[in-house]
Amino acid sequence: MADLSHSRSASAGSAANGSRRLFHNLFVRNFSAKLAATPMIMTVLIVFIGCTAWTIFYSFTNSRSLPSGELVGFDQYTRLFSNRRWNASVLNIMTYGVTSLCFTMVVGFLLAVFMDQKIRFESAFRTVFLYPFALSFIVTGLVWQWIMNPAFGLQAAVQSWGFTSFTFDWLKNRNMVVYALVIAGLWQGTGFVMVLLLAGLRGIDEEIWKAARVDGIPTWKTYIFVVLPMMRGVIVTTLVIVGSGIVRLYDLVVAMTQGGPGISSEVPAKYVYNYMFGAGNLGQGLAASSVMLLTVFIILIPWMLIEFRPKSHS
Amino acid sequence: MLLFAALYYLFPLYVMITTSLKGMPEVRLGNIFAPPMEVTFAPWVKAWDSACTGLYCEGLKPGFWNSVKITVPSTIISVLIAAVNGYALVNWRFKGSEIFFTVLLFGSFIPYQVMLYPLVIITAQLKVFGTLQGVVLIHTIFGMPILTLLFRNYFASLPPELFKAARVDGAGFWRIFFEIMVPMSLPIFVVAVILQVTGIWNDFLFGVVFAGTTNYPMTVQAQ
Amino acid sequence: MQHSVSIKDLSLNFGHVKVLQHLDLDIGQGEFIVLLGPSGCGKSTLLNCIAGLLDVSEGQIFIGGKNVTWEQPKDRGIGMVFQSYALYPQMSVERNLSFGLRVSGMKKDEIEKRVSRAAEILQIGPLLQRKPANLSGGQRQRVAIGRALVRDVDVFLFDEPLSNLDAKLRSDLRVEIKRLHQRLKNTMIYVTHDQIEALTLADRIAVMKGGVIQQLDTPHVIYNRPVNLYVAGFIGSPSMNFFEGSLSGGTEPVFTADDGTKIPARNYKFDTVPDSKPMAAVLGVRPEHIVIGDHAKTMTFQAEAEIEIVEPMGSDTLAWTNICGKSVTFRCDSDVLLEAGQKLPVGFDVERGSLFSAETTNRL
Repeated sequence: MADLSHSRSASAGSAANGSRRLFHNLFVRNFSAKLAATPMIMTVLIVFIGCTAWTIFYSFTNSRSLPSGELVGFDQYTRLFSNRRWNASVLNIMTYGVTSLCFTMVVGFLLAVFMDQKIRFESAFRTVFLYPFALSFIVTGLVWQWIMNPAFGLQAAVQSWGFTSFTFDWLKNRNMVVYALVIAGLWQGTGFVMVLLLAGLRGIDEEIWKAARVDGIPTWKTYIFVVLPMMRGVIVTTLVIVGSGIVRLYDLVVAMTQGGPGISSEVPAKYVYNYMFGAGNLGQGLAASSVMLLTVFIILIPWMLIEFRPKSHS
Repeated sequence: MLLFAALYYLFPLYVMITTSLKGMPEVRLGNIFAPPMEVTFAPWVKAWDSACTGLYCEGLKPGFWNSVKITVPSTIISVLIAAVNGYALVNWRFKGSEIFFTVLLFGSFIPYQVMLYPLVIITAQLKVFGTLQGVVLIHTIFGMPILTLLFRNYFASLPPELFKAARVDGAGFWRIFFEIMVPMSLPIFVVAVILQVTGIWNDFLFGVVFAGTTNYPMTVQAQ
Repeated sequence: MQHSVSIKDLSLNFGHVKVLQHLDLDIGQGEFIVLLGPSGCGKSTLLNCIAGLLDVSEGQIFIGGKNVTWEQPKDRGIGMVFQSYALYPQMSVERNLSFGLRVSGMKKDEIEKRVSRAAEILQIGPLLQRKPANLSGGQRQRVAIGRALVRDVDVFLFDEPLSNLDAKLRSDLRVEIKRLHQRLKNTMIYVTHDQIEALTLADRIAVMKGGVIQQLDTPHVIYNRPVNLYVAGFIGSPSMNFFEGSLSGGTEPVFTADDGTKIPARNYKFDTVPDSKPMAAVLGVRPEHIVIGDHAKTMTFQAEAEIEIVEPMGSDTLAWTNICGKSVTFRCDSDVLLEAGQKLPVGFDVERGSLFSAETTNRL
């Protein structure tokens, strides 16, 4: 038996061995694993790659309510950027994005730092800051719409105390409505940022703090010049998550302002939805969504550079 | 400072609860700080039973049950698929598995709007557009990246020798998964379920697009 | 003779990294082989290939005369013990032991019989109903060995099984593994980076480096006649002292150290006697082969040396000194009281040492 298999493999040489291996690699090895990964493979191929490619392709057509029509080059894009509503949407999301990003990061970090001072009732505070994250944007929007409603909300309450000149009517104010969204968005999302950053703070070696204390560096300086740079990875991840969430902003606007007053709180995601399913101008909606995709990729670049750069120093 | 911040976070909850317990005339007085003078659960009953959303006046009740009917199967299916996926990615790597996973992760950052319309076409072709199955499918797809990442990282943190020992003992793909891996990963299953339940329960976009009017979840109705 | 395990021209690449290169290894029935080398030398990889946990890139593996290169681990007739024990945490000891047997669908009474036999051999009977978390490190490793034992296989694979244990337990279990081998007479392949384990346990040691077996022989030969500079330096603690210099062969071979000291190598057993033309060479002498005092006067090399550092180890004493311009360690009886700064005669015989070609690093 032993001799037989010896001589067979010896005489058959590497060719037989090779074909046996090919068969083995394709069908036998990890068959169950490949079967189990089929949903993932299908999702990647059909949804993430296929659908994205489909969208990009049809954004170059003049499709109306059905995906047909002929290729028209960059027509949809030129029309997009000459559309007042789209430009307002882009401006709004940029205002919202920059303000919201700055505030969530700064407030989230400050909260994390305060939480890191070995305070009492830490878990109670954590719950208080985090519970809005478990609520949907729809609920968030409805509650803040209620609070900011000039007739029933904060303004009415303060006025009824005698401060009749007090006004808080951001929802009705074209210039301020975006900041009203920011307040609601902050309320919903800062807790999550805090938790991420707190985890980052906790991950820093205790000995760094001891060393800084021995060197006599004030606490706030240690945070800014030592701890923050060490948290670069966590911060970039947080930025990417928050950033790609901002680009998607949709539910909150629908629940809180419906894009109004006028078009002063329109956002790209809503523009896409309206053109795709409402206005029957598919090509336009697809072009707008492709621009959103491009934006997300630009946001992702710093993260990719950090995660996937060749690790030369190690 | 922390207390001050906590007030900002708690205030809306306070408003939500007190206002919901006030009668309509009291609400119109516009004092959102004041606790209800007369506690009434009527608004809750009304919201549940008979509030008008769109054309129907059945309250949020149908939406609530729709949300349940969407959330429960979506959560179970997506968590199971992601768990098996994460396990395969860690312990049964095959050619290209890492590439697929990377694309999957990148895919999670693509704005949903980009894939929305093609998915409408696909679900329509599969005859599940506007049905509960359709929304469940969509939630399963979009829950996959983050859940797979979660499970992959968890399984990668388990000692690989455990898996090797089970293979020497003769256990195969599914047996190792169900008898060795799953019993060791209850905590991560809990995390995944919480993540999915809150995410799907709070979803608006997929509900409004894929569920069809009779199956609208509560979020779509409330809005 | 039928080999128990036979590896033919085995190679394994991870991408462009060649982890194992054209390896050949024949292991006899009932032999205890130790794969020894530093981390990253490929010893664990080789063991995983034999177990079937890694697919090889080229070559074949035979176990019990059967080509198992593409067989599943369970079909290879092997049992394996891991460094981290790898006990299934949610199963009791008994279920850990029986898991493999249950998977294979064995009858209940047969499973029971095998488990109780393994428990008896390893003296873990009272622990059977416990969970691994409630066992000590030594007990866990016994259970892990038991898991291999119940499979009733011909070949046992050990992957650094004692590395997670403290020093005392390690030497206890070492003896037990040796006892187990003498009782069961199975083939055992044992991976370690610990040379004491290798020297004490092995019938033969395979010293590995860079995915290649450097030397495969009995512990005695490996220690006393290392085939190259690498093996000579790797085995032995403290390691062998090396003197660079040149060797002129012929009928009266002489080693000339770099500082000009001439040391006759008349009685040295050359593998191949070099010719009289001088060649660059390295002379290696083990610390315990350097003698001191009057005894040194009978040696082919003698010198007066000053002690620099003394390290009493208890059972013996290590000392550092300078010979032929090189820092040298030697080992002497702990009864000899040495002091730093003390001068005394030292000496050694070249025939107890090893000569290597400086160019090929191979033994001469």
